[in-house]
Amino acid sequence: MFFGKLKKAHGKVIINPNWCKGCGYCVKYCPTDVLEMSKGYNAKGYHPPQVKAAADCRDCKFCELICPEFAIYVTSDKEEEQASASA
Amino acid sequence: MSSCAPNDAQFRIQNPMAEFLRMERMPHIWCPGCGIGSVVTSMAEAIKNGGHDMDKIAVVSGIGCTGRVAGYVKFDSFHTTHGRAIPFATGLKLANPELKVIVFSGDGDLFSIGGNHFIHAARRNMDLLVICVNNFTYGMTGGQMTPTTPTTANASTTPYGNYEYPFSLPFLADAAGATYVARWTSLNARNITDSISEALNRKGFSFIEVITPCTTLYQRRNRLGDGIDAMQYYHDDADIQHGADTRTVDIGFQGKLKTGKFVDRQKPTYLDAVNTHYANVIGDDYQLYGKTPPEKQAEEEAKRAAAAAAEQADGLEAEYIDEPAECGGDDA
Repeated sequence: MFFGKLKKAHGKVIINPNWCKGCGYCVKYCPTDVLEMSKGYNAKGYHPPQVKAAADCRDCKFCELICPEFAIYVTSDKEEEQASASA
Repeated sequence: MSSCAPNDAQFRIQNPMAEFLRMERMPHIWCPGCGIGSVVTSMAEAIKNGGHDMDKIAVVSGIGCTGRVAGYVKFDSFHTTHGRAIPFATGLKLANPELKVIVFSGDGDLFSIGGNHFIHAARRNMDLLVICVNNFTYGMTGGQMTPTTPTTANASTTPYGNYEYPFSLPFLADAAGATYVARWTSLNARNITDSISEALNRKGFSFIEVITPCTTLYQRRNRLGDGIDAMQYYHDDADIQHGADTRTVDIGFQGKLKTGKFVDRQKPTYLDAVNTHYANVIGDDYQLYGKTPPEKQAEEEAKRAAAAAAEQADGLEAEYIDEPAECGGDDA
């Protein structure tokens, strides 16, 4: 590939379904289509998003930025590996 | 959802926004699809990226949906009376010129009841960052018409359509003398972050307008769909035109939106102007008001060094005197 040995960044999406109000911004504007709206309801009666393709997440954190509810964030896997290695 | 999802208490602690928000007040009161939360995240991101001292940042809000921001952020913040966010922020800045004061308020608060304060702060070039979340309506009180509601749009006080002409906020800010004027939609989250970073690193009156959807009132009353539809509209009809003439950036009802950084110019701020003027008129007797942080820091460091030197000299003498006294006590 053009980018040689560069590794793709990878992140893990963490959602708090109880804070979600189902606006759907994260699902619509995820550049790699990681999320989808779930069929289930949360306590408020909204459909929260769920992770559809966890492997596709490229840690761009756009869902975190666009979510009006502060109900979603992304941790980069590299950070997690380092944390587990040091712990 | 997934098995490893954190519970609510863990989520409050581990969320990267925990540093910037009073998590005990979450979830917030804003409606589904409201864009204010995104702007708050962008502001937090900009402050994080800029490495600003959190103790040197103050957030002032007025009344309204956007006024709630002051209650939710973990900075020193104040929720002022209606329209008086800028006067309060001006006072805060004059009392402590080291603070970076962010005024975070809505269009109804900043431009109807607070309109005069806005133009005068811009005229004086007070060193403030004003973020105006423009949703074209008074959200908290039931969707009344604001000075920014586009002509022909429906509001609860104009049920047959609005017949007045709206303010074009970047033009107003530019004409009143603001030194940095930008407009974004809430979909441009990264641009808002960059814009806020840029504005935090410069001096003078900076104004950033963010167009956000009001799903419950403006969108519903005008039959424009929900938040996703508003975002689609921003996506389709907004183009970035940096440096566009602010006379051309007015917004018609569901018309084209021009976004971007329109104005960026340098002008002495209010405190700089005070200092230069009085230094010229009064001369050396004038004590500088609102020293710039580097000057003050240099002064403080010099004072501290002098104090430390004096203390060291005192300490040596004190030890020298103390020792025999202690020995004397033991002997007795």
